[in-house]
Amino acid sequence: MSAQQHDDATRRDFLYVFSGTAAAAGVAVTAWPFIDQMNPSAATQALATTEVDLAPIQPGQQITVMWQGKPTWVRRRTPEEVEQVRAIPNAKLKDPQADQERVQKAEWLVVIGICTHLGCIPNRDNVGQPGGYLCACHGSVYDASGRILSGPAPLNLPVPPYKFVSDTLISIG
Amino acid sequence: MASGHSTYTPSNGLTRWLDARLPILRFANDNLLSFPTPKNLNYAYTFGAILFYCLVVQIVTGIVLAMHFVPNSALAFNSVEYIMRDVNYGWLLRYIHMNGASFFFIAVYVHIFRGLYYGSYKDPREVLWILGVLIFLVMMATAFLGYTLPWSQMSLWGANVITNLLGALLGTDFTQWLWGGYSVDNPTLQRFFSLHYLLPFVILGISVLHVWALHHVGNNNPTGIDPKGPQDTVPLMPYYTAKYYFVIALFTIAFAAVVFYAPNLFGHVDHYVEADPLKTPAHIAPEWYLGAFYAMLRAMDFNILFLDSKLLGVLTMLGAIAILFIVPWLDTSKVRSARYRPVYWWCFWIFVVNYAILSWAGLQPAGSVLLQTGVDADGAATGFNITHLSQIGTAYYFAFFIIIMPLLGLFETPRALPESIAKAVLAKKGGAAGAPAGAAAAPESRV
Amino acid sequence: MRKIVLASALALAAAAMPGAMPGALAASTAAHPEAIDWSFNGVFGTFDRNQLKRGFQVYKEVCASCHGLHLIAYRNLKDPGGPEFTEAEAKALAAEVEIPILDEAGQPATRKGTLADRFPYQSQPDQKATLKSAYGLMPPDLSLIAKAREGGADYIHALLTGYDHEVPEGVTVPEGGNYNPYFPGGIIAMPKPMSDDQVEYAEAGVPRTVEQYSRDVSAFLMWAAEPKMEARKRIGFGAILFLGILTGLLFLSYRRVWRNVDH
Repeated sequence: MSAQQHDDATRRDFLYVFSGTAAAAGVAVTAWPFIDQMNPSAATQALATTEVDLAPIQPGQQITVMWQGKPTWVRRRTPEEVEQVRAIPNAKLKDPQADQERVQKAEWLVVIGICTHLGCIPNRDNVGQPGGYLCACHGSVYDASGRILSGPAPLNLPVPPYKFVSDTLISIG
Repeated sequence: MASGHSTYTPSNGLTRWLDARLPILRFANDNLLSFPTPKNLNYAYTFGAILFYCLVVQIVTGIVLAMHFVPNSALAFNSVEYIMRDVNYGWLLRYIHMNGASFFFIAVYVHIFRGLYYGSYKDPREVLWILGVLIFLVMMATAFLGYTLPWSQMSLWGANVITNLLGALLGTDFTQWLWGGYSVDNPTLQRFFSLHYLLPFVILGISVLHVWALHHVGNNNPTGIDPKGPQDTVPLMPYYTAKYYFVIALFTIAFAAVVFYAPNLFGHVDHYVEADPLKTPAHIAPEWYLGAFYAMLRAMDFNILFLDSKLLGVLTMLGAIAILFIVPWLDTSKVRSARYRPVYWWCFWIFVVNYAILSWAGLQPAGSVLLQTGVDADGAATGFNITHLSQIGTAYYFAFFIIIMPLLGLFETPRALPESIAKAVLAKKGGAAGAPAGAAAAPESRV
Repeated sequence: MRKIVLASALALAAAAMPGAMPGALAASTAAHPEAIDWSFNGVFGTFDRNQLKRGFQVYKEVCASCHGLHLIAYRNLKDPGGPEFTEAEAKALAAEVEIPILDEAGQPATRKGTLADRFPYQSQPDQKATLKSAYGLMPPDLSLIAKAREGGADYIHALLTGYDHEVPEGVTVPEGGNYNPYFPGGIIAMPKPMSDDQVEYAEAGVPRTVEQYSRDVSAFLMWAAEPKMEARKRIGFGAILFLGILTGLLFLSYRRVWRNVDH
């Protein structure tokens, strides 16, 4: 094989490899719009944060707002309820977490109201725990901080990201 | 080249095992890799591959658009705008799909005209041709159904006109059955969406048969004479696959130029107005690729015997498609390629220009006067108008198939055919005639 | 040689068909709108942010009293490629409007608009009834108007500035109609919508004239109809550049594969 033939073969192979790589890269980049279109759309993302006006909520009262399609509870706890949940020792909990870590202001509890067992929505119920929640599906009991006390649910009710925009307005998400 | 004998040899135990059970690798090898293809195919012969590419693009974009589109008459229009505005890259996917239809038809027209030019429908390729016409028919149906989905003014009134047109032939009971009601409405939209999703897969299925028929009898080629041995052919891979990659990329440039810089070039402004059953747009036009058939429909503004103009128009339009099915038996010439048929060559190109004129005429308002010769009592211009032009065009369209094709075979004196493809190639190259025959006979095979 | 003739003829035939565009012969009695040198014309054209902001102001203060823009949400005002108001500005604009809701007792009430809300104008049934009785028809929603009329932004500009033409002889303007040569048929229900100095632009040095207002609002409506135009052109440039290189490479590969075959 002469040097020229050898060069020729190398150049040819390089050309094919380079063309093939460029084509593959083009196909890969083109694939992105087809994948990304399944991500939440701009309209959906615009609803990703929910603002809640706290002013009308009375002590002891709880409202449910939809946040990212999930029922989210905003509850104004009475001082007694706060005292009650904070009296529960961590050792008694399946998923130990202090109430202080779960709220930004003692008075306001914000949790996602979906049972961590199989996704039912628990009810406010005094049967399982005074001021707590009972999931009717499989009997999980949560306290007034949304922590799991008993039943098949493994974890506490999740706290969504939220911030106080002002004393009477929170922004969830 | 019959697809009878296989060049596949399994290379190891696993492929030998598989080959004895499901010879899928043998099938792929024989049809996609080693398939002997005439070596003189020009660029007009690449449009089959381009069409397959178009079909894939339309199916893939269509599937993702269907994830966001809502086939409901109250929501469809806004759901398309939701895709255009809020879905990530939705505007891109929708513009590709929308313009993809036009590019699909550009490619299919080149493909069909190429078949007519080189006589690719003649013995033994009649079934191949018929399957192709069938694909063309299903493509038109799919495009029409897709046109109705955005539920714009053009969608609604286009659907109205086309379904009424079928009603002219099949009666009111039929249109009510087709509509699922007493007018084009939500049930119509929902079933049209379902069918629009289904038909591309029917096209895909017929395409497989089309390629099967092609590979059974082998490609036609610009000389129209059959390959006489391996010196006349090259394996599909890498020779034609390399060519396909190139032309598909080239085609995509044109496609991308429209999608990104003139996405509404083929569209109509009324496609951006939501459907209103109380108001017909001032001017209804089909998409450009159906313009010729629409022109033929409108050209029939007179009655013949017991046929009224409406029925006559519908029959003419359907006849224009139906006649394509019997083209293999209308053409009496034994010579395939127009290269060696001096008179047919002219008739063919007049046919192409005529088809382009008909396509244009179909998009114009019916009464538009082209050459004014006077004014009528109301002061409106009279003279040679779009309808007259369409009538001449329609007459030539049918004359080409019914008169020219059968008679030319009897009266035309064809040019001398080359002895073989290899000889024709060498003759064309002129000085290359002295090259050693071996170079052409055994092209380097690189897999 | 024949190959070249054939290829170019086929290309021509293919080119001739899309060339047969609708509207080429469209029987129209309307005057042809003047072609404006918009900032968004051409391959590299982009929207003029300040112009879109001014156009939004014109829409809000003039057009919105009758015409909806239901496909645009307040969040779009801050989207890249649009007027690009800041998030705070867009929020403030949204908060200016009252969105009808039902309160807890099921009674009609309103709340302040948010970024996620779409433009609410013309959404109240009573407003629709008023407009319908005043003009005999509903003024069209403007979300897509720049793509739904021949001539697009040029047409909107021509229409808005086309009210001061003298009514030609032989044309009778019916009651409730207005003469405008750019409107198909020449008689439009919409009265002249703007006059000079009507909209107070905050931006210094921008003329407060009907001409300027019309340009600004036409550009704004073009954006409203095609909000992804800038992304489209930007991505398109990269895509076509890449495809050009790829096509060149594939052409060289193709020639190389065939170099030893006479064909």
